[in-house]
Amino acid sequence: MTGSPRAKALSALAATGFALILWQLIVTLTGLPKFILPGPRLVAQAWWENRALIGEHTLVTTSEVLLGLAIGALLGFATALHLSTSRTARVLLQPILVFTQALPVFALAPILTLWLGYGLWSKVAMAVLIIYFPVTSSFLDGLMRTPTGYLDLARTMQARPARVLWLIRVPAALPSLASGLRLAAVYAPIGAVIGEWVGSSQGLGYLMLLANGRAKTDLMFAALLTLGLLSVALYLLVGIAARKLTERAG
Amino acid sequence: MTPAPGITLQGHAVIADKPLFAPLTLELPGGTWTCLLGGSGVGKTTILRLIAGLDTGATFHGTITTSDSAALSNRVAYMAQDDLLLPWTSVADNITLGARLRGETANTDRLAQLLARVHLTNHAHKRPTQLSGGQRQRVALARMLMEDKPILLLDEPFSALDARTRAEMQELAVELLADRTVLMVTHDPGEAARLGQQITVLTAAGLTDCTPPAGTLPRAIDALDTLACQAALLRLLRAPEPQDPAAS
Repeated sequence: MTGSPRAKALSALAATGFALILWQLIVTLTGLPKFILPGPRLVAQAWWENRALIGEHTLVTTSEVLLGLAIGALLGFATALHLSTSRTARVLLQPILVFTQALPVFALAPILTLWLGYGLWSKVAMAVLIIYFPVTSSFLDGLMRTPTGYLDLARTMQARPARVLWLIRVPAALPSLASGLRLAAVYAPIGAVIGEWVGSSQGLGYLMLLANGRAKTDLMFAALLTLGLLSVALYLLVGIAARKLTERAG
Repeated sequence: MTPAPGITLQGHAVIADKPLFAPLTLELPGGTWTCLLGGSGVGKTTILRLIAGLDTGATFHGTITTSDSAALSNRVAYMAQDDLLLPWTSVADNITLGARLRGETANTDRLAQLLARVHLTNHAHKRPTQLSGGQRQRVALARMLMEDKPILLLDEPFSALDARTRAEMQELAVELLADRTVLMVTHDPGEAARLGQQITVLTAAGLTDCTPPAGTLPRAIDALDTLACQAALLRLLRAPEPQDPAAS
């Protein structure tokens, strides 16, 4: 993760090119039929021909992911704040928090669909569930590691605990929050797509299942690649926001 | 401001059942600058932190009293070797941190006055990261003075600075900290000889007072009696440690 943005973009481009060549080589050398593994050219063609369809479903998945990310990040932020101020809450809630993470989100998807229906909100809930823990635990970690010098200083100044939290502990924990949000950006699309697989009539996950069922493997790959691009774009955007947060904290 | 109170610390401290310092009595006369010297790990920072009301990791058996019998806790201001400036906020906001942490409105006239006295008026809106080490320590000094407390506790405040900046800071501190009760922990005999109106050396055996040189603060670095005092302090610091009978 070093070098200028230009060098990073170039190396990313080179890696993509290499992957495409490898992909084409495998297709050519093994002679796999196109309903098993279509080559990059066929996938690109399918992507172009179905661009309106893919665009429509991408929009659905994007809104699920963004909503999930916003709600999950807010919930995680609030939970970590609360846990940081109360030892009792930490002792009582932390095991529960870990337990929720130990449950595979996959297993929860059918129940969420049952409760929240086939629409947008069951997918948002999936995304929220999957990012809640990383955001909470990394921000809480930051809140509990305030440099002791700052706290000593605040103590001699007869500071109010709530003020110490807002003026010192939260700003000092922003870099930790930022790393939690970076993880969340990668996880949120996974949650939304799992939700779509379990039950939906829209979204990239739904489109992938549909294409797969009809042996339109090229369309399946086109949807998959679009999902990948969406995740990468989200990661980069959150990365920029996270860097802003970290710079603020010096 | 009412005359700064004196402080008396009497007692001993242990860490995990091992003595940190032997029973001792440290008198800080009101309105006087006391320098406390000692090698690493003898507990001089512990003494300062006890007076500041901060966690020390040691158990203290004894008393800390003030000459006017009033409580100590809201009358001390503290400054450490690390400037402890919040990097995410401006110089001005760092100086007014105390008021902001108590939910009070900061006195902006006093802020402007202090900024001028530490020669940072033009830097008020900068971030600490844009300042030099000496400038940062001047911000920390202004933040301590902004608190306007009669008792000032300084834990090696200038030891991370280069020689020239340190000498300048010492002179500025003398000018700004006059008439307050100051306890300065330092490991620099030269600094103690320049600044101490009372100089005392802490070893495992207890406190040894050292007569400070004559002259008003800050004493000239190259005055003969300042240098003699510095040498005497160095001898005290280098005196062989008494053998711990339990260890041999």
